[in-house]
Formats: sequence, structure tokens, C-alpha cells
Amino acid sequence: MKKKRVGLALSLVLAAGTLLGGCGQAQKAGEKKDNFTVAMVTDVGGIDDKSFNQSAWEGLQKFGEDNGMKKGKDGYDYLQSQSDADYATNLNKLVRSNFDLIYGIGFLMTDAITKIAEQKPKQKFAIVDSVVNKPNVASITFKEHEGSFLVGVVAGLTTKTNKIGFVGGMEIPLIEKFESGFRAGVKAVNPKATVEVQYAGAFDQADKGKAIASSMYASGIDIVYHAAGATGNGVFSEAKDLKTKDPNREIWVIGVDKDQAPEGVVKIGGKTYNVTLTSMVKRVDVAVYDVAKKTKEGEFPGGKVLEYGLPENGVGIAPTQDNIKPEVLQAVDEWKQKIIKGEVKVPTTRDEYKQFEASLK
Amino acid sequence: MNSTRFTNFFVPVFAVLLGVIAGSIVMIVSGYNPIAGYSALLYGAFGDSYYIGETIRQTTPYILAGLAVAFAFRTGLFNIGVEGQLIVGWLASVWVGVSFDLPKVIHLPLAVLAAAAAGALWAFIPGFLKARFKVHEVIITIMMNYIALHVTNAIIRSVLSDKGFKSAKIHESASLQSEFLQSITDYSTLHYGIIIALIGAVVMWFLLEKTTKGYELRAVGFNQHASRYAGMNVPRNIILAMVISGAFAGVAGAMEGLGTFGNISVKAGFTGVGFDGIAVALIGSNNAFGIILSALLFGALKVGALEMPSSADVPTELVDIVIALIIFFVASSYLIRLLLSRFKKEGK
Repeated sequence: MKKKRVGLALSLVLAAGTLLGGCGQAQKAGEKKDNFTVAMVTDVGGIDDKSFNQSAWEGLQKFGEDNGMKKGKDGYDYLQSQSDADYATNLNKLVRSNFDLIYGIGFLMTDAITKIAEQKPKQKFAIVDSVVNKPNVASITFKEHEGSFLVGVVAGLTTKTNKIGFVGGMEIPLIEKFESGFRAGVKAVNPKATVEVQYAGAFDQADKGKAIASSMYASGIDIVYHAAGATGNGVFSEAKDLKTKDPNREIWVIGVDKDQAPEGVVKIGGKTYNVTLTSMVKRVDVAVYDVAKKTKEGEFPGGKVLEYGLPENGVGIAPTQDNIKPEVLQAVDEWKQKIIKGEVKVPTTRDEYKQFEASLK
Repeated sequence: MNSTRFTNFFVPVFAVLLGVIAGSIVMIVSGYNPIAGYSALLYGAFGDSYYIGETIRQTTPYILAGLAVAFAFRTGLFNIGVEGQLIVGWLASVWVGVSFDLPKVIHLPLAVLAAAAAGALWAFIPGFLKARFKVHEVIITIMMNYIALHVTNAIIRSVLSDKGFKSAKIHESASLQSEFLQSITDYSTLHYGIIIALIGAVVMWFLLEKTTKGYELRAVGFNQHASRYAGMNVPRNIILAMVISGAFAGVAGAMEGLGTFGNISVKAGFTGVGFDGIAVALIGSNNAFGIILSALLFGALKVGALEMPSSADVPTELVDIVIALIIFFVASSYLIRLLLSRFKKEGK
């Protein structure tokens, strides 16, 4: 009898739905629209992840506003993924809604985009932080090494102990770009400084980040740059703990991806300190905006790998610069110009870094 | 008799209506159109061949996870470790799928069996501890979930890839993916796994209801002392029940590894399928046929829900609440009936 009950319940759910479903399907027809439409699929982070998903959505919103578009199926929209099983479903959903351009945000979406781009060769896609070699996919990458070089310059000129730390998430080529660029920046302005490099092995383990930061600060390191996502939150919490114990101690964290100044605020006895020296920002919003604009103008960069660096404002140091001395900022500007003009080639791998180091001597 | 029939019919209707109404109230109060919301949900689950394909694909692991939980329930055990057994099953199936190059008739069954074996092994440990040392299986299975998650992540990073975040794709000969099924469902991710899941349901039914061993397993679940008195080996039956339950969970993982994804990537957290399996089993009254239907309900809600934000503008968080309400009321139809029968007995 039990199974009968369940069967009945189910068929009723479906029946009730069918009745309701009859009421409003008019907008589903797949006719082609005249106006340009664009949408994105987030990974499991969602559009309020304080990181690249949020940044991408901000870029898309700005693009929509600038072009008088509305949020929704006839303008710009996003779908959020609850698990990695949703990537393909969400991308396909957008394809079926006839969006002109569809973004997959984050390298986790590489497989899904590759497959769907093959199945729907006429649909335009773009992927952030990964490369997909298909004629209908634009790959958006960033020159994280250039931005990291600039925060390296800041670190090299600010350190008092000549000891600097780098905490990476996973030891993958992407993070090696951060590491190599940063070390090059430090060495370029302060040959006496050493950089200690450690990898946490994960992007989501704040406790590991805290443990690594603790041993780094204990060994006399006074500035730690992290490229470790949420693991880096542990670096911030360790620095803030140390600052609370001894407000006079000068220790700093360099943030990543977005302006992380809000993460470094400490209040001690009514006085407010900030342990964030600066941040290496990666402007996913700029890139998303730019690709949407190009596509709207009929210049979709399909099959190409777009690299956003300093000249495109794709990477750089954060707008919050209260903790940086003016002369350091000036040096950052000089190096920035050198990189843009091509006088300095920032290394992207450890091998290239060794060559760079040798060229300084 | 007539009144029983009436309640049999009326209670589920009432439960579903309550769920839909409660969901509507939540949507209206938050300023969204419930008719648009529900029609989007339905369209997103069954609207055309693509969505039907996705719904069936999502239903597949739910059926197997539900069977795993239900099998343990029927033998008096709470297997909360289906999630972990599913993850190791996923890993094992991909491992076999990547490392060997065999004809399909051998490779595919081997990969599925490897998944079943991995899940079974993962469930053997709590089963053994329960049988031998009377350690409660709930605690062990929960802990085994975390061990499964992190061990799997470590193996993906160090063995199946070079410090990367995902394994290579499995060989075609181990894949459950089907061009044919994809083409009739407009490129959905539907794969042949659904057939394995349905066979699994038949196997569970047959094993429990039609074999002596199944009778023994159920007997141990009902009353250990009576079973021992009747000459059954209680510890061995407990272990066997956990191992079979774990094998179902492992095969659920193979559905993801060999069907939906074709590889395995580092997971920040649990997939949730194993935990949902507990609800699937309960709503399906721990009965093989009931589980197929309740898995379909879960699959449809899960896939349909993705459509609600885009075509009805209902925010993702609210969608989760509405779905939870519907499941809550469907599950409580069981409760309503239980209460009704209690009242009747007392009335007599």
C-alpha cells in the first residue's frame, strides 16, 4: 500500500504542475531577437563570492547599463551553479534561450564549455581563466605575473627585515605566474631581499594559510603575499592576531584578485589599523565588459586567447593605497611604464625567473 | 474500507497541495509570481526532450543512493555514509576507466564493479566495527564520509593528475555516455546509467523479498535476539547488509564518473547526492519501486529548479526554500497517515 501512496503523490505533483504550467509558457518560443543579449554561468561561488564571479557579474551589469539593456532573457542575465553537475545544464539553458554571447566563469567550466561549443558551433562562448581551442570560444586570461610584479615592487621597497613571504594555493601553472612575477618584482628593486615560497595545496583551507603565515611571520618575514583564494583568509587572520598582540609591530599582507583592504582592518583600543599593504587586483569585470563590447560590435574574438595585462587595465595594484609610501607609489608607476613599453619582460615561470634574476646581475 | 480508500487518495493530494500552497505563499510574500515560478519549474524538468534527458540523468544517481540507504534501513542499519561510498565509487570507476584499455564488454562492467567494490569496502569498515565491537554505525559512517572526501582529493591531486584538480577523461570503452541518447534529447547529458539504476532496483527487490538471505537480513533488522535464537549469524548479516548497501552507493558514484562527467575533479565539499539519498529512501518508503518514483521527484525538482531564476526571476535562495517545502510536505504525507491510523486505533 505504501508504494501506491507515493505513486499517487508523485503523479499529483506532476498533474498539479501541468495545470499550473499551462498558464504561462508564451515567452518560451525560441524566436530570434534583434537586440544583443549576453549571459554568464557562475561556478559554485555565486555572484556574491567577493571574488571573480562577483567581479564578472559587475562587468556584465555595467555593460548592460551602458547599453540600455534590461536584466533578463532579452538583455543580460546570469545563472548560478549549485554543483559541478549544473555547469553543462546551465550553459545549455542559456544556449536554448538564444543568448548571443555566453560566458563560463572560472577554469572549472573548461570541460563543459569545450563539449557544448563542439555541439553548438554557431553559439558564441567566452571562458575566463582558461583556454579552450574552439573557433567559437574566446578565452580570457590575465597577465597575473605583471600585476604580481608591481606588488613585488611595493613589497621590496617596504620591507624592513628584507624577508618576504609568498603563499600559493595549488602548485599549478596559474599560481606559478603569480609567484614568478612577484619574486621578480621584489628582486628588481631590492636585490638583498629574499622571498620564501610555500604552497598550501588548496584554495579553501584558511587554517593551513594561518599556519603557514604564523611560521613565516615568526621567522622574521614582515610582508606576505597570498595567491590562495580563501586559504589566504588565514594569512589575514594570523596577521591581524599578531597586530592585536603588538600594535607597533609592522607586519603586512598583500591581497589578491580584488581590493582586499576591508579584510585587513583591525581595531585595537579605539584605534583602527589595517594590515593590508596593497592588493593585486585582477579585473575580470574589465575583461568581461570588453569582450561583450567587441562581440556586440561584430568583432567576436572567437578562437583567440585574450590576455589582459597592464596596458588593458586587466591587472594592477588596488585603488586603496593608504599604507604605501608616496615614493614607493612613484616607483610602481615607473616600473608599470617600463612593462607597458616592453623594456621589462616579467617572468611567468620559475625558469624564466632564473633568467630574469641572472639578467639583473 | 471506503474511508481507507478515501484517505489513501486524499492524504497525498492534500500533502502536495499544501506544499504547493506553502511555496506559493513564500513566493507571493517575497513579491514573485508563483504561477510563473511553478510553470518554470515544470518546464525546466519536463518542458522538452532536453530537459527530460537532464531530469532522467539527475534521477539516476538518486535511485542508486536511495536504494543504498533503503537497503540498510530494511536491515535495521542507518547508513549515513552513502555520500562517502559514492565518492570512493566515483573515484574507483574513473581510475579503472583511465588506467586500462580494454574492449567495452569487459571494461565498462569492470569499471562499474570496481565502483561497487570500492563502495562496499568503504561500508565494510563501519559494518565490521558494528558487528564486532558494537560501535554505532552512524558515527563511523559520518566520519568515513570525510575520510572519503579528502582521501579522494589527495589521490586525484597526486596519482590521477600531476598536482592538478581533475583526472584525465576515461577511455571511450568505459563510458556510459551515448551519442544516441544525447541526440534524441538535444545534447542533454543523458547516459545509459539509468538502465543500471533500474536493474539495481530490481536486484534490491529480489534480494530482499525473494531470497532466503534477504529474509535473514530483514530478520536481523527486526530483532537481533530472535534471529540469533533462530540460529542466524547476526554479525555476518550486519556486515553483509552494509557491504551490499555500500555497493549500491558505489555504483551511484560510477553513474557520475562513467556517465555524467567522464572524469573526477577535486571536490571542495560533498556532492549532496548521498545525503539526498536518505530523503529519497524515506519518501519512497524504503521500497524499490517507491524509490524510483521519489528519485524522479528529486531529480525533476533539482533540474527544474535551475529554470526558475532565469524565466521566473525567482532568486536561487528562494527556489531552494520552495523545493524544500514541497519535499517536506510530500514526506509528511507519510506522517499524516501515520497520525490518522493512530487516531483510528485509539478510537476503537
